Amino acid sequence: MLTQAGVIGRSVPRLEDAPLVRGNGLFAADVNFPRQLAMRVVRSQVAHGTLRTIDIAAAQVLPGVIAVWTHADVADIPPIPFRATKLQGLEPYCQPILANRRVRYVGEPIAVVFAETAYIAEDAADLVLPEIDDLPVVLDAKAPPSDFAPGMSTEPAVVRKEFGDVDAAFAAAFDTITLDLSVGRHSGVPLECRGAIARYDAAQDVLELHGTAKKQHWNRDEIARLLNRPPHGVHLFEGHVGGGFGVRGELYPEDLLVCLAALRLGRPVKWIEDRREHMLATNHSREQQHQVRAAIDADGRLLAIDAVFWHDQGAYVRTHGARVADLAAAMLPGPYRLPAYRVAGHFRLTNKTPAATYRAPGRFETTFVRERLMDAIAARLNLSPIELRRRNLIASAEMPHPRPLDALGTDVVLDSGDYAGLLDRALVRIGWNALQTTLQRRRAAGERVGAGLGFFVEKSGLGPSDGVRISIDHTGGVELVSGAASVGQGVETVLAQIAADTLGVEYRRIRVVRGRTDRIEFGNGAHASRVTVMSGSATHLAAQAIRAMALATAAPLLQARPEELTLANGHVARLDAAGIGLMSLAEVARHMGPGSKLMIGRTPGLTAERWFYSDHMTYPYGVHIAVVRLDEGTGQVRVERYLVAYDVGRAVNPMLVEGQIAGGVAQGLGGALFEEFRYDATGQPLSTTFADYLIPTVSEIPELDVLITEDAPSPLNPLGVKGAGEGGINGVGAAIAAAVDDALGRPGAITALPILPTTVHGLLHA
Amino acid sequence: MKPPDFTYHAPETVPDVLGLLATLENARLLAGGQSLMPMLAMRFAFPDHVIDLNRVAALGFIEHHGATLRIGAMTRQRDLLNHPAIRRHVPLLTEALAHVGHRQTRNRGTIGGSLCHLDPAAELVSVATALDAVIEIAGPSGTRDVPMAAFPLGYMTPSIGPDELVTAIRIPLPPAGHGAGFLEFSRRHGDFAIVSAAALLTRNSSGRIASAVITLGGVGAVPLRLAEAEASLIGETPTAPAFARAAAAARGIDAMEDALIPAWYRTRLAVTLTGRALAAAAARLS
Repeated sequence: MLTQAGVIGRSVPRLEDAPLVRGNGLFAADVNFPRQLAMRVVRSQVAHGTLRTIDIAAAQVLPGVIAVWTHADVADIPPIPFRATKLQGLEPYCQPILANRRVRYVGEPIAVVFAETAYIAEDAADLVLPEIDDLPVVLDAKAPPSDFAPGMSTEPAVVRKEFGDVDAAFAAAFDTITLDLSVGRHSGVPLECRGAIARYDAAQDVLELHGTAKKQHWNRDEIARLLNRPPHGVHLFEGHVGGGFGVRGELYPEDLLVCLAALRLGRPVKWIEDRREHMLATNHSREQQHQVRAAIDADGRLLAIDAVFWHDQGAYVRTHGARVADLAAAMLPGPYRLPAYRVAGHFRLTNKTPAATYRAPGRFETTFVRERLMDAIAARLNLSPIELRRRNLIASAEMPHPRPLDALGTDVVLDSGDYAGLLDRALVRIGWNALQTTLQRRRAAGERVGAGLGFFVEKSGLGPSDGVRISIDHTGGVELVSGAASVGQGVETVLAQIAADTLGVEYRRIRVVRGRTDRIEFGNGAHASRVTVMSGSATHLAAQAIRAMALATAAPLLQARPEELTLANGHVARLDAAGIGLMSLAEVARHMGPGSKLMIGRTPGLTAERWFYSDHMTYPYGVHIAVVRLDEGTGQVRVERYLVAYDVGRAVNPMLVEGQIAGGVAQGLGGALFEEFRYDATGQPLSTTFADYLIPTVSEIPELDVLITEDAPSPLNPLGVKGAGEGGINGVGAAIAAAVDDALGRPGAITALPILPTTVHGLLHA
Repeated sequence: MKPPDFTYHAPETVPDVLGLLATLENARLLAGGQSLMPMLAMRFAFPDHVIDLNRVAALGFIEHHGATLRIGAMTRQRDLLNHPAIRRHVPLLTEALAHVGHRQTRNRGTIGGSLCHLDPAAELVSVATALDAVIEIAGPSGTRDVPMAAFPLGYMTPSIGPDELVTAIRIPLPPAGHGAGFLEFSRRHGDFAIVSAAALLTRNSSGRIASAVITLGGVGAVPLRLAEAEASLIGETPTAPAFARAAAAARGIDAMEDALIPAWYRTRLAVTLTGRALAAAAARLS
C-alpha cells in the first residue's frame, strides 16, 4: 500500500487503465444521444479554385435528410480564430467554417449534410455537386509569394528574432558553413479520429459539446463567442482520447458546425471523422525548408548562426497562429553557447491542408537542422561529433542561461541543466567506444552500418497559470478537479500521485476530474508538455493547503499543536507516531461540514483551490543515439539500436515518462523514415490512407533503451519537474540522419526528412 | 466510410452461388473481405448485391493427392500458412504467405479472394504464377480450368465471367529436393510488396541447374516470368556468378511507375531481389 509520502517518483500503475482494458472507455464515437442526427461534410476535391455554385437539390430531397448547408447558411459565423501570438495581421487568413466562394485545399469543407443516419448522410453528400473553376496552385512555400486574395500576400508574416552582432561574427569567422535542409510534411495521426457530438439542452439553455480534447476552456469561450452565447451557457466534456499529439482538440470547422446544427435543428448532432477525412482535414505539420549558416572559430566554437526558413502553413491559419514558426525560430539554437543569432521564418500559405502543432513543434524540425549543422562543422574541422558538441554545450556553471529571445511570448532562460554530464552518461550507457569498434569491424566485413546522435533542449511548462481544487468529502473521498485535459498521457495518475504524497492517502482513492468546463471555471488543457509542471504544481499547492486546514482543524480536537501532527494512511496522526491514526480525514471533513458548529461564520468544507503561476518555461534536455544498417540492394534503413537519455528534473512516475519517450521515438522514426503527406503537381493529396501514409509498426521499431535522469531539477516549480511529453520525438530526425551519414561514410549526405529508400539507394550507388 | 446501399446474400452451396450470379445484376462476391470491405467503405465499389461466400463450407479445404495440391478458394491464408504438407512440399507458398498482410488479416483473407482481386503486388498471385497453378472456375455450363499464366487479362482483371466463381486452385508440386526462395521489399513489414521475387530451382545428378523459375511481382500489371533468365540458368552451377547474370536480366524489364515509386527503383529492386531469391532457393536445394 502506497498511502503516504513517497509515492512521487514511483512507477505505480495507471489509474486510467481499468476502464480502458475492460472496454469501458468512452471515446468520441461511443457518445450517443436519443434522436441524434449524423453530420457528413462535403469536401473540396480541388486544391484551389473558385466555388461558383453548389447544387444541393438532389441531396435535400433524399429521404432521411434533414438539412443541407452551404456557406450562405453559416455566413453569420465568423472564421475560426487563433490563440494570441505577437504577430499581427493573420486574421484575414483564418478558415471559414464552410468555404466562401474560394476553395484552398483538397478536403476543405464546402457543405454539410444532416441526416437520420450516417449512411444516409454519406449517400446525400455524394449527391452534392459543387461547380469549381480551377485556379493555379501554390505547393512550394519557398516559391516567391503570390496573392492569397487581392492585396493579401501568401506571406502574411515573417518571424524574426536576433541577438548579438551576427554580421561582425561572420566577418571575423575562421570559417563558415552553409546548409540547405528540409523536413517533410507529416503530423500526429492518432488512432482515434476526431469526433464531435453537440446537444442543446433547452430546459437548462446549455449547449454541450462532447468528444472534445486538449483545450476545453479556450474552445468553450470561442464557441460561445462565435455563436453569440454566454460562456456559462456552453459546456465541453472530455471522455477518453485516443491520442492527441497536438492535432486533436483544436477548434475545427466541424466543431462549430455540430454546435450550430444542434441549436438550429433542435436535435443532437454527431460527427465522426473517418480516416480519409482525417488525412485531409486534421492539422498537418512539420513542413519546412531551411537555409542555415554558421560562423565558427578555429576550434569549432559557434560564433553565430544565421538562419532563414520557409514554413509551409497550408491553406489557412488555424488556431495556433504562427506558433510553430515562432517555436522553430526560438528553439533552433538548442543547447549550445551562441554569441549571435539571427533568424527569419517566412510564414507561407499554400494549397495544402492547414498546418499546426505536432508533438515537439518547431523542435523536431530545428533539432534536425541544428544537429546537421553541428555534424557538418565537425566534419569540416575533422573533429568527432562528440568533441565538437562538448566544446559548444552550455556548461552547468552557466545556468540559468538567459538567451535574449522570446518563445511563445516568454523570455527564454534555460533554467537548469548539466548538458555535458548527460552526454557522458548517454555515451557510457550505449557503450560508445565499444560500439565504434564493432561498427568498424562490421564495415570492414562489408556491412553498411553507422551511429549518430542528436542533442537538444526541449521546452515545457508553459504558463501563465493553472488551478486545481481538491475536496475531501464526509466519507474521506478525495476529489481533485483540474482544468487540465487528458490525451491519454496519464494525467490522472500523476496528479493523484502528487496529491497523495502530501495528503497521506492512497493515490488510487483520488478521483481526478479533468477536461470539463462545468466543474472548474478556468483551465489550460493538455499541451506543450505543461500538465505535470503547471497542474502538478497547482495540485501540490492545493494539497498543502488541505493538509494545513486538516491539521489546524484536528489539532484542538486532539489537544495538540498542528506542527505536532501529520497526515498518514488517510488519518491525522502524531508526527512521532505516524502509524497510529487519531482521526480520519472523513472525520475532519465532517467537522468542517456546513452543519458543523466549528464552521459557523466560516466557509465550510475541507476544500482548497490553489493556482500556480509561471512566467517562464522550464527546459528539459536530452540526447538521442541511433545505430542503423543500410541495405545496399534496396536502400532500406534498418534501425538496430536506439537510446534516449533525457533529464526531466524529477520523474513523478518513471514508467509514464518511459512510455512518453517510447511513443515519441516511434513517431519520430515515422517522421525520419516513413511518414509524409505527399501531393501531386495539381495539389491532389497522395497520402490519404494507411497504405500510402506509412506509420511505423512494431516490426520497424528497434529495441529502445531509455535513460531518465534527474540531474537538474527545475528551480521554477515546487516539485522540480520538467515536462516529459516531447523529448522522445525531438531528436529522432537528427540522430537517424547522422547515423545514416555515418553508415554511408558521407558526412552531410542526408539533407531531407523523411529519408527514403530511393534516396539512400541513390547515395549508395552514386 | 459507410458503404452504399446493397443487398446482402448468404448462400451455403456452390449451386446456390451460381444461381444468384445467374440472376443478379451487378453482384460482387465477398470472400475474406480484406479488399472488398475497404473498397465498399471508401465507395470505390458500388455493387447492388454482395454475395457472401463465407457460409459455403464446400469451398474451404486443402487436399494433397499424389503430385498435386488442391486448395478450396475460401481457404484462409492462415490455414495455408500453418499447413504441414504445404510447408514440406511447397515451401515457396508458405514463405510467401508470411508476407501476406498481418496475422489478423490472414485469419480472414482467402487464397481465392486474393487471386481474384489480382493486385499486381499480391504475394499469392505471384507464387501461383511461379508454381504454374491451375484455377478451377465453376459457371452455368459446368467447370473449366484456367492455367495461371492465362488467368490475368490485365490490371486487376481476372479471366472470370460475371456468372462464374473460382472454386479451387490446383498446384502441381515441385519435385522433391527443389529449392525455393521468396523475397520482397516493402517499406513496412506486411504492406503490399513494392517488388517481390519468387524463385524455384532444381538440380540434376551432376549438380547443375535442371530447371529454374523466376517470377517478379509488383513490377507490372501482372506477375512477370523472366523466361530468358530462367532458360539461361539451365546447365549452370547454382552459384553466385550465375545468379548475378540471371538477376541482371531484370535490368531490362519495363517496370511500372506510380506517384510514389519511380520505375528505376522498381527495376533496381527487381535485380536485387531476383539475385537474393535465387540464392535463397539454391541454399535450399537438397
